[in-house]
Amino acid sequence: MNVLDAEVRKNIESCLGRYPTKQAAMLPALHLVNDRLGYVPPRAVVEIAELLELAPAQVQDTLSFYEFFKQDKPQGKYRLWVCRSIGCAARGGEELLEYLCDKLNVRLGETTADGRVSLEYAECLGACDVAPAILVNDTLHGNMTVEKIDELVDQMSNDQCSMSNADS
Amino acid sequence: MTHEPVLLANVEKKDSHTLAVYEAGGGYRGLRRALKEMSPEDVVELVKQSGLRGRGGAGFPAGMKWSFLPEKHPGPIYFCVNADESEPGTFVNRVQMELDPHQVLEGTILSCYATRATTAYVYLRYEYPLCRRRMQAAIDECCAAGYLGSNILGSDFSLDVYIHVGAGAYVCGEETGLIESIEGRRAWPRIKPPFPAVEGLFRKPTVVHNVETLACVKHIVDRGAGWFRSMGTPPEPNNPRDPGSFGPKLFGLSGHVNRPGCYEAPLGISVGQLIEQFGGGVWKGRKAKAAVLGGLSTGVVATAEFDTPLDFAAPMRVGCPGLGTGGVVVLDETYSMVDFLHNSCRFFAHESCGQCTPCREGTYWALQMMERIKAGRGRLRDLDLLREIGESIGIMPGTTICGLADGAAWPIKTALSKFRDEFEEYIMRTNPNGYMETEPVEALVGV
Ligand SMILES: Cc1cc2nc3c(=O)[nH]c(=O)nc-3n(C[C@H](O)[C@H](O)[C@H](O)COP(=O)(O)O)c2cc1C
Ligand code: SF4
Ligand code: FES
Repeated sequence: MNVLDAEVRKNIESCLGRYPTKQAAMLPALHLVNDRLGYVPPRAVVEIAELLELAPAQVQDTLSFYEFFKQDKPQGKYRLWVCRSIGCAARGGEELLEYLCDKLNVRLGETTADGRVSLEYAECLGACDVAPAILVNDTLHGNMTVEKIDELVDQMSNDQCSMSNADS
Repeated sequence: MTHEPVLLANVEKKDSHTLAVYEAGGGYRGLRRALKEMSPEDVVELVKQSGLRGRGGAGFPAGMKWSFLPEKHPGPIYFCVNADESEPGTFVNRVQMELDPHQVLEGTILSCYATRATTAYVYLRYEYPLCRRRMQAAIDECCAAGYLGSNILGSDFSLDVYIHVGAGAYVCGEETGLIESIEGRRAWPRIKPPFPAVEGLFRKPTVVHNVETLACVKHIVDRGAGWFRSMGTPPEPNNPRDPGSFGPKLFGLSGHVNRPGCYEAPLGISVGQLIEQFGGGVWKGRKAKAAVLGGLSTGVVATAEFDTPLDFAAPMRVGCPGLGTGGVVVLDETYSMVDFLHNSCRFFAHESCGQCTPCREGTYWALQMMERIKAGRGRLRDLDLLREIGESIGIMPGTTICGLADGAAWPIKTALSKFRDEFEEYIMRTNPNGYMETEPVEALVGV
């Protein structure tokens, strides 16, 4: 059975017109799949390859380069990226990362047992003006403190955490 | 002299990201006029005269880059807007795309007109979701208003702009890594030559520019080359290779200052002025110890060097490679330079794409040494080894394909030459019995 549903396939196909080669639609395709499934499993690699007229190995080669895409199992409903680069580290970013590991009881890169939260470090999020910074899915949280993290984790456990920027 | 913001003139306005507000402030008038009154060659000539140099880090003269395109090429010619902004300490492009996306687009359209490019890709890092929405909305508004698409404003110039979203790799900002990434491959930088202007995206002539460079093009078309050259630092008389540093520049100020933020000043403002006049001084009433000069890749300046002008040439006088991205990260007197260098080595080891052995192994080796030093098992000898790595990796010593390795080396070289005492003191204090060890010691594991 196909893992890519008709809608994802349609969306991938609608990217093709932007580029002179089908291979160039690779990153858009991987994003669409990762968004939908929470990861890009081997079966999806084969199906993307068929859509883009490539060998599965070519898709796997690109996929494995970009750490953003998950390969083994789906990411949590909330994906937390905590910046550890210099601007944030200088303002307590690394301590927040440790605090979050303890609080969520996960190691870096892991997802909580209930599948809700994935915790990852990020390199500079381009938000050093509001360091320390955390990206939660599509929402940037700046000037983070332990208190704000407590609040954020509460919201995530009650599913009240906004999934995207209110302001678009 | 106070500088009236130009690049940031709109950002305080309500709904500054919309076409209506942008047009009300005179937006797209320059484009309208240029399409009527100027040939592409006229725009190239104007940008050449302005002395505009790329804002993405390397400072290459923009007009000269355009003139490397093959003449009378049958096309297509491609254009890439480098919006990958991932250099630690750098966030000004984010501010521009979130708050004034049309300024970036007008500059892009004008630059495509000048270079006869017919398709432009905005390579946008994944971590900028608000930029993505704002830029896409702006592109859609432009298509509806006739500023993009076929026969723009009735001219015979046509242009499509697409956003291409990255997936979290710093090296995608390197222009040929960026090209590989758009083509759907791993972002492995290409060996140059051929340079992108000759053979770039999809093997066609390609121009790659930083977001801020393009915003400058818009203002040069509006206000003229003379206006642009009225700001900044003229060429250094005894340096025949310095074409001068002209125009306004955005600086991202962060770290231990009272008011971090994105600020605009003419090129040539000093690190100290930036911290005092814009940043409200060092936080908590402390003194500064050092500052990242212009993004992590440019290394650090010590407080005694805070009078260094932030332009393309002056940083070389204090052992830094150049202006970089304008991202200044201030570190106060309590912050450990060991922590700084460890953080820097960790970043570059993580981001090396692995193609070149000196970069892949050198950055990782440097990180292992910094892990060991930080953990209290450092040796004085490690400092010499670190310096040796710093001096041997990069395109400057000629051992790597791209500049990421040079970027890894500058923080090592500058931190060790300017703060050697602090490193020695730390090693001797934390490893009193082993700091003179010369036998190889075991590595610590874990990155
Ligand atoms: C490792 C590495 C990362 C880079 N990242 C960026 C980036 O994120 N944004 C950018 O504009 N330029 C970046 N550059 C510089 C680009 O290669 C290129 O010089 C620049 O986009 C040209 O635009 P400009 O002439 O307008 O500055 C990077 C260079 C290297 C070596
Ligand atoms: S210098 Fe480093 S990042 Fe650049 S191509 Fe070589 S290995 Fe990759
Ligand atoms: S260093 Fe954390 S956002 Fe830049």
